[in-house]
Amino acid sequence: MKAVVIGVGNPFRGDDGAGLAVLERLEGRVPGGVELVACEHEPSGMMDAWHGAEAVLIVDAVSSGAAPGALHRFDASAEPLPAHAFRASTHAFAVDETIELARALDRLPRRVLVYGVEGGDFEAGEELTPAVEAAVERTAAAVLSDLANLAKEERPCTSAP
Amino acid sequence: MPERRTIRTDYLARVEGEGAMTVRLENGRVEHVELRIFEPPRFFEALLRGRSFREAPDLTARICGICPVAYQTSAVNAIENLCGVEVPEPIRLLRRLLYCGEWIESHALHVYMLHAPDFLGYAGAVELARDERAAVERGLALKKTGNAVMALVGGREIHPINVRVGGFYRVPSRRELQPLVEPLERAREAALETVRWTSGFDFPAREVECELVALSERDAYAIERGRIVSDRGLDISPADYDEHFEEEHVERSTALHSRLRERGTYLCGPLARYTLGRDRLSPLAREAAREAGLAETCRDPFRSIVVRSVELVYACDEALRLIDAYEEPDAPAVEVEPVAGTGYGASEAPRGLLYHRYRLDADGTILDVKIVPPTSQNQQAIEDDLRDVVGRNAHLDDERLRSLCEQTIRNYDPCISCATHFLTLTMERR
Repeated sequence: MKAVVIGVGNPFRGDDGAGLAVLERLEGRVPGGVELVACEHEPSGMMDAWHGAEAVLIVDAVSSGAAPGALHRFDASAEPLPAHAFRASTHAFAVDETIELARALDRLPRRVLVYGVEGGDFEAGEELTPAVEAAVERTAAAVLSDLANLAKEERPCTSAP
Repeated sequence: MPERRTIRTDYLARVEGEGAMTVRLENGRVEHVELRIFEPPRFFEALLRGRSFREAPDLTARICGICPVAYQTSAVNAIENLCGVEVPEPIRLLRRLLYCGEWIESHALHVYMLHAPDFLGYAGAVELARDERAAVERGLALKKTGNAVMALVGGREIHPINVRVGGFYRVPSRRELQPLVEPLERAREAALETVRWTSGFDFPAREVECELVALSERDAYAIERGRIVSDRGLDISPADYDEHFEEEHVERSTALHSRLRERGTYLCGPLARYTLGRDRLSPLAREAAREAGLAETCRDPFRSIVVRSVELVYACDEALRLIDAYEEPDAPAVEVEPVAGTGYGASEAPRGLLYHRYRLDADGTILDVKIVPPTSQNQQAIEDDLRDVVGRNAHLDDERLRSLCEQTIRNYDPCISCATHFLTLTMERR
């Protein structure tokens, strides 16, 4: 299965770097055919990154009012993300807008999963807050588990020939 | 009893990044307008202190994902200025080509994804794409071509890593640039179509009165270098910036406002560049401007979308010219030895003048940095415009007034990601 995992964020804006930290944690741990892409700032370029992929998994920081480090997971394959969750980031054209733009233009992969790591501090700085740092491995594990399940979906009849 | 209302939004969508604005009306009179700006450049100024001067282009490229080339260019200009180095012409022109890529990418994003929906009555690009798919596809294709130029010349499209003090780490051969030609030719056609499209929008009559400031070159539409000039006679080297411009604290505002000393508010960006440099656009871009109904000067912030479209034509046209004329430099870079002292650099970021100043010690350690991004420079002009717009439209309900304020801000393409923290818009009526 061709899948792309995209980490979105700005490494110089505190917890906004969470998506990139998760991506780093995934290096060397994803199955073949899975590409890891970092997206710092402007997410509309994500559409080019997932071109030709069957599944895209996007990891971004969010600010929804939950406790820092909380992990949100959304399946955006068929319906939009909940309004506003992904707007409180440093990005020009937000992640949810990019997904909906791609949907309108028939450029969305069949499966779209979005992970939001709740950030606590988005001020300038290179550090993640401890709660968010702790969520990085948890999020990476969730991504790996979803990748494994997606691969199984792709091969529903795996009985021996 | 005085009228008192408060309006809040969580963010102001479709400006690049984030920001916060407060408008306070008292009995229909505008009492206070404030655009709050959070400035990552301040953080980077601190981050740069103590680092080697050679790290400046890489680090400053991280300030903004939309205009990394602008930050790199102003940084190397300042440092090369101090160290007495003028890069060979082929290297300068290659930097100009890279910069054209950034203009194409940034203007396509702003024109199509962020600004056009305002004129066509859509909430955003997603809604626009459902009805005008071909237009949005055109914008995305343009943006992709700009990204391709940045990736090939800059090494990476976001945070290009190939620019260094003295030149580049690696320069392309003539043959390596050829794959850009066809996409750029198509992009130039798309840009001409963009001018036709945006010039057909409805524009409210509006003019800003402040001084217009842009870089200027004798023989070219200034992008990667130039003198700082204005429509009221300013004509200085970037080295004299601090003598003529000041940043001051404004009462009840958290931000520093840039002003021309003893002259006041000014505006930089496409309107200023066009007004001061129209005659140095390429014939094709000039003709596109004429057909779009632009006069010799343009002070209408709404029509900035047309000027950006004309600049898209120019950037594609100029990129093609630069590729055609490209001669591979003898070496990718010239040696630069550090010099103790202060260097000054400026370039035209897509949204306006970007000024850098570096103070180095004799071994090239950065002692002090000052970065003034275009959005900070335009902040006072944007606030003045907002005050005027709110004053004349105070009769509108909150929702419509807020929408008008948002559009007013978007007219200036504020790179709020390099200038502002979370975008909240608060309106108080008393």
